[in-house]
Amino acid sequence: MKTAAEVLQAIKAALPQAGVELVNNPGPSAQHSLRLAPADALAVAVFLRDDAELALDYCSNATGVDWPDKEISEKVKVTKVVDGPDGTKEEKVVEETVKHLEPGYLEAVYHLFSMKHKHGPVILRMRTVNRADQVQLPSLTPVWRSAEFQEREIFDLFGIVFTGHPDLRRILMWDEFEDHPMRRDYVDPDDYEYEPTPHDEVLKRAQEHEKAQAGVTA
Amino acid sequence: MAVEPDLKIELGKQGVFVTTISEIYNWGRKNSVWPMQFGLACCAIEMIATTMARYDLARFGAEVFRPSPRQADLMIISGTITKKMAPQVVRLYNQMAEPRYVIAMGACAISGGPFKQGYNVLKGIDRYIPVDVHIPGCPPRPEALIHAFMTLQARIDVQPLTGEARPRHLDAEAQGEFPVPEQGAHDLVPPVNRLVWPLPAPKAVETHG
Repeated sequence: MKTAAEVLQAIKAALPQAGVELVNNPGPSAQHSLRLAPADALAVAVFLRDDAELALDYCSNATGVDWPDKEISEKVKVTKVVDGPDGTKEEKVVEETVKHLEPGYLEAVYHLFSMKHKHGPVILRMRTVNRADQVQLPSLTPVWRSAEFQEREIFDLFGIVFTGHPDLRRILMWDEFEDHPMRRDYVDPDDYEYEPTPHDEVLKRAQEHEKAQAGVTA
Repeated sequence: MAVEPDLKIELGKQGVFVTTISEIYNWGRKNSVWPMQFGLACCAIEMIATTMARYDLARFGAEVFRPSPRQADLMIISGTITKKMAPQVVRLYNQMAEPRYVIAMGACAISGGPFKQGYNVLKGIDRYIPVDVHIPGCPPRPEALIHAFMTLQARIDVQPLTGEARPRHLDAEAQGEFPVPEQGAHDLVPPVNRLVWPLPAPKAVETHG
């Protein structure tokens, strides 16, 4: 079985233009993955499936990950002109905290195996541009049919729109539903009005609900 | 008007059988409660076990599970009711002919159970339809379902046929159809039917500060 880096080399050899990069997993599992540029994903997927040596003919799992917007604060050293004690201007190095927002994105992850050679997994990732309006990714269902329902599930729960999917509808929630419940910023409906035996999280939610209701009626 | 038990026995010895309309009516009703053949989740496996040879629910008159709500008397809510499934459950209940009964089987059916905090699970079927017997358990054992069934039979047995507490099918004014919740943009609409799930008496809410 080739390692992720070797798979990357094989892809680069066959498709030199393809945007693929290695994403290392520093954890003990060390399952490194390949991040595909959405524009080239379909070509790379076809190569991975049809290459005689890799023959990754089975997509066992497709899932989504939500990476919310991150605020990153960095300490930067800046030289500033300040007034000296005797009235002269002098330069001084000041440390400043700079905050900037790193936009989040949605990610689709695929686990590929080879039934033919009994090896795997090779892990693919694709990222959307952002989490709001540019959430399109190419569907890999035309390459691996087993991804069909799982891509529908990702669409349902994360809101990634798979272009080229044969039948992209919600699969778990009802069609009228508008939210994407697996996103980190999802707020679930507040229907905790009366709890016969509340405890833990439910007790907290029920108390919040009760207070909100009291505020409304008062 | 009930017959005194002693007199009844005495008359029986003389070869005279005495009964009342309500007694024989309820005797017939309670011994032919046919459940609807439908399961929602893992509790359904226990329900199936209850009907099989070892526990044999047929002994109690639940002879056959009917695949059609038109022929069924009892709805056993056996399992988790997802919000996607809830409108269909209410619709099936509406399609059942009176007299009809509901047993909410297991933690999920009575309150949402371990999935209570889930966005997609209804927090108990009694938010939309009236429930006669609740059984706790995850899942309840077949004995518990049999106990619930016998509890239901006991309740049918003592039901008066006239007056305030008469069964719904003998009350022309009674509410027969229960509103089916709509699947809205964020949740079921309405989230609860207040006619069957009234709020408990308002509690004094502590206000801090």
